[in-house]
Amino acid sequence: MNEDVHQGVDEDHPEKRGTPVGRRVFLGTLALGAAGVVAAPPLQRGLEGFLGSAADKDPTGLTGLLPNGGGFRYYSVASSVPRKNADSYRLTVDGLVDRPTTYTLADLRALPQTRLVRDVQCVTGWRVPDTPFEGVRLSRLLDAARVRPTAKAIRFTCFDGTYTESLTLAQARRADVLVALRMQDKDLGHSHGGPVRLYVAPMYFYKSAKWLSGITVTDEVRPGYWEERGYDVDAWVGRSNGRDDEPTS
Amino acid sequence: MSLRADTTVAIRRFSRAQRWVHRTTAVLMGVCVLTAACLYVPQFAELVGRRALVVTLHIWAGLALPVPVLAGLASRAFRADLGRLNRFGPHDRTWLRAALHRDKSPASRPAGKFNAGQKLYASWLAGATLVMLGTGLMMWFTHLTPLLWRTSATFVHDWLALTIGIVLAGHIGMALADPEARRGMRTGSVSSDWAEREHPLWRP
Repeated sequence: MNEDVHQGVDEDHPEKRGTPVGRRVFLGTLALGAAGVVAAPPLQRGLEGFLGSAADKDPTGLTGLLPNGGGFRYYSVASSVPRKNADSYRLTVDGLVDRPTTYTLADLRALPQTRLVRDVQCVTGWRVPDTPFEGVRLSRLLDAARVRPTAKAIRFTCFDGTYTESLTLAQARRADVLVALRMQDKDLGHSHGGPVRLYVAPMYFYKSAKWLSGITVTDEVRPGYWEERGYDVDAWVGRSNGRDDEPTS
Repeated sequence: MSLRADTTVAIRRFSRAQRWVHRTTAVLMGVCVLTAACLYVPQFAELVGRRALVVTLHIWAGLALPVPVLAGLASRAFRADLGRLNRFGPHDRTWLRAALHRDKSPASRPAGKFNAGQKLYASWLAGATLVMLGTGLMMWFTHLTPLLWRTSATFVHDWLALTIGIVLAGHIGMALADPEARRGMRTGSVSSDWAEREHPLWRP
């Protein structure tokens, strides 16, 4: 207990115990953290601007790993996701319809394509501005399947085997809801949910289910994967999940 | 065979309680860092997936992180070491100045049981851990705090996580470079030679 005596730190004589720098560093770190929370909005805007321009000139892609470094982030709820290509991919439309249908990738590509350019907003905070999505309007596939009058909602299933999503029939018929085949003017890659994903422009991005494989028309909304874990079913950007982001559509 | 090697004796540095506090804190921190990497780095996220499970692991390891230190307060030796980590004497200023000038000679690096760098590391990490806990809770219980707070908490949590990761890498790197320091944390004892060289002002 009597270490450091010769250099002036003596625990038996409080006036000689030395300065409590440790406590000051500890409390200072806490205060800095609190100040960081308070000062975050302007700091974040500044950093996003700086990192955004740095990322444009960064061939290594390392800036993408920094917080708010811009761009998409990969979220998967399954342990591994099988890959599907033009040969193996199928999209089924069934449930409360008169004409259940199965589409191949070529079938979907042969239908009229719609291109939308909107911001993508994730419920965890990141936003990717002006992202083009291109594909078939969901309403077109629903009309082709002849939805029965008792139908109220759609359930989406995915070939990752785990993820599910839902929309009301009215939401699904909106013109800005696509079965997307292309993103950023490229065919959808596997890590972005390719070859085919849902794109629900006005809602938080968890509604835009990746690796879409099934569209089932139902008589009630069945909450999807994240919705069973606390997220809002009606996920309008800026008007749900307790967030006030600028609307995307 | 030198005379020094013959006269060196084992000195008690850490009690069993202190070593267990370090061990359990290290495991919990390791789980936090690894799960954070799987949530955050796209390559790891693609490799691991299972997002809901990884989130659960991360949250519970984070909540438990302060527990070993709080439990350690029951140990007299642990409390005494906290006191040593807290107090800075004139020699700590000398040590820090030498560290800033990259002066590695033992004469310019006077230290008690803990050197000034270890003291700063411990105090900063304790504060940073609590900031991570606070901002993490704000992100988890989304309906408790206003939205602006939550976005700000995410910002602080992300950047502080990166900082902690770098500092931890330094901590582990220095431990890897000093087998005797590791032996102290593993077995509780160090050689008197090492103590005399690295911690000349320590009077066990």
